[in-house]
Amino acid sequence: MNLRETIRVAVRALGRNKTRAFLTALGVIIGVASVISMVAIGEGAKAQVEQAFASMGSNLLVVRSGSSSSGGHRGGAGSLPTLKWDDLRAIADPSQVPAAKHVAVELRASGTIQSEDANWQTTIYGTSPEYFVIKDWDPVSGTLFGRSDVDGGRKVVVLGQTVAKELFGLSDPVGSIVRIKGVPFEVGAVLEAKGQSAMGNDVDDAAIIPSSTFQARIQAGLAPYVNGTIYVGAGSPEGVSRAEKQIDALLRDRHRIGQGEEADFTIRNLTEMAAASQQGTATLTSLLAAIAAVSLLVGGIGIMNIMLVSVTERTREIGLRMAVGARPRDVLLQFLVEAIVLSFGGGAVGVMLGVFGAWRLSASFGWPMLIQPRVVLMSVGTSALVGVVFGLYPAWKASRLDPITALRTE
Amino acid sequence: MSAPPPGPALIAVRGLVRVYRSGDVDLRALDGVDLEIHEGEFVAIMGTSGSGKSTLLTLLGGLDRATSGTYHLAGEDVTTLSKNRLAAVRNKLIGFVFQSFHLLARTSAVENVELPLIYAGVRAAERRKRALAALEQVGLSGRAHHTPAQLSGGQQQRVAIARALVNGPRLLLADEPTGNLDSRTSLEVMALLQGLHRAGHTVVLVTHEHDIAAHASRVIVMKDGKIVKDEVQEPVQAVVPP
Repeated sequence: MNLRETIRVAVRALGRNKTRAFLTALGVIIGVASVISMVAIGEGAKAQVEQAFASMGSNLLVVRSGSSSSGGHRGGAGSLPTLKWDDLRAIADPSQVPAAKHVAVELRASGTIQSEDANWQTTIYGTSPEYFVIKDWDPVSGTLFGRSDVDGGRKVVVLGQTVAKELFGLSDPVGSIVRIKGVPFEVGAVLEAKGQSAMGNDVDDAAIIPSSTFQARIQAGLAPYVNGTIYVGAGSPEGVSRAEKQIDALLRDRHRIGQGEEADFTIRNLTEMAAASQQGTATLTSLLAAIAAVSLLVGGIGIMNIMLVSVTERTREIGLRMAVGARPRDVLLQFLVEAIVLSFGGGAVGVMLGVFGAWRLSASFGWPMLIQPRVVLMSVGTSALVGVVFGLYPAWKASRLDPITALRTE
Repeated sequence: MSAPPPGPALIAVRGLVRVYRSGDVDLRALDGVDLEIHEGEFVAIMGTSGSGKSTLLTLLGGLDRATSGTYHLAGEDVTTLSKNRLAAVRNKLIGFVFQSFHLLARTSAVENVELPLIYAGVRAAERRKRALAALEQVGLSGRAHHTPAQLSGGQQQRVAIARALVNGPRLLLADEPTGNLDSRTSLEVMALLQGLHRAGHTVVLVTHEHDIAAHASRVIVMKDGKIVKDEVQEPVQAVVPP
């Protein structure tokens, strides 16, 4: 008996009991569908996190002043200014920190910004043009401020999407005058939308002005110290760790802090943070897949159960088939193929359902739909394997039947 | 005992014993049977319930194995064959007819008849042709696509006979083929078997009814697992009353 014939006989046998076949396959259908949609959820979350880190800029180091300490109370990173503007210039000097490609300071303050007929509380950033390169942030209209604007302390502002919308609605604000803390600024550009940061903040809720202007107009005093954050873009993941070592050595030298002593500055590596976070979502994905795999296993046990019932019910049929010439391996193959048809068919339906479910979920979470062909192939393969594994015992039992005993079974 | 009719020995059985173990008790269903059946014979095996007649037929049909003794079918020693080889013997040399028909439910007559050909590896078109021919031979060509539930008992047994014949076996075995039928359909089935015998088939049937055995040309009587009588007789022609 050839394979095509065997499959035909198996499909006919299953067709005699359609409801039962469907209910048995349902276990596998749910299993495969949940594997596919769970992995798609995990992948979607991963992509979401990646996107969030990308919005902060990639291959980035963040250098901040050390913490203040008074009477046992420690104020946290940046609470005590220790980094001087000279330190910043040293970090930006390619002969001292060759691995740093771009260096920008970020000063920030909360403040109200006003247009002709609206106002909006936002975060004001003072920085240099390299900032936009490091953050990979391009304007949708207008031009960003340049080095000469910083040197000249000019009153120009670059608006994030949120601020632009709140103040000007749909009209283009480039060239308009806004007031920040009462000081008039000309809007030079509007930035493209970046969405949420990894911490959930709205990155687009920002007004960015030259750092010199910020110092003169927004914050007063503390001139020798950088009361903010220094961003260092290194261009590549390897460059980031090189730059980290070089800056650490440079600042320890400038601040006269020996190796092993507690530094009065902190360097954070965002690439490492992103990697850790991605590992977290990868763990989540594996966890979801594992839960789904358990349901696939349960589906397989359902198939084994029904195949055992089926072998018992059809003992006389097996006896007759043997009496007219079926060899033990013909009987084995027949029941095995029946189990595989059940599980593989269930797997195919499960894939369709899983893809549909993943599509619905990605639509409701607003994630990109991520269905990997690898996962689809794997779950269909697994479902066929489930059929073999769980169909083998009942089929083997059937093939071991003695023809005359089987025929005489009531 | 009369001398067996001339011709090659199709079945040669020597010292056949079949012991069933149930608990601590050994039941000797066959207790040393010697038997020769030649090509073209029509043999009825008679006996009371528990005489061993059905056990003998089961062994002749290759559905069970003897505890000891030898069985040669068409010159081949069947007692030592592997399970797979024995299945091939059942498929090609033997056609078996059961008291309870054993047709597959919800499966048409022609598909039931095709069953042995599937295991013989015959291709679908050829299978269908031969199955329809076998159904015609038993007078059921008009019922090819009926399922067993749509057929009478006599018709079902004729489908079963067609299934036994379809692969051109050397030996046709029937275990109480009329046991589930009324007297009229019993006569129909016996007339069919006599016709097959006349056409050259070797037929061995088991029955406990003298009327049925009367249609055979040789009658073997068994008691307590042994052959007690083996006679050639003039068969009564089975005529179905109008």
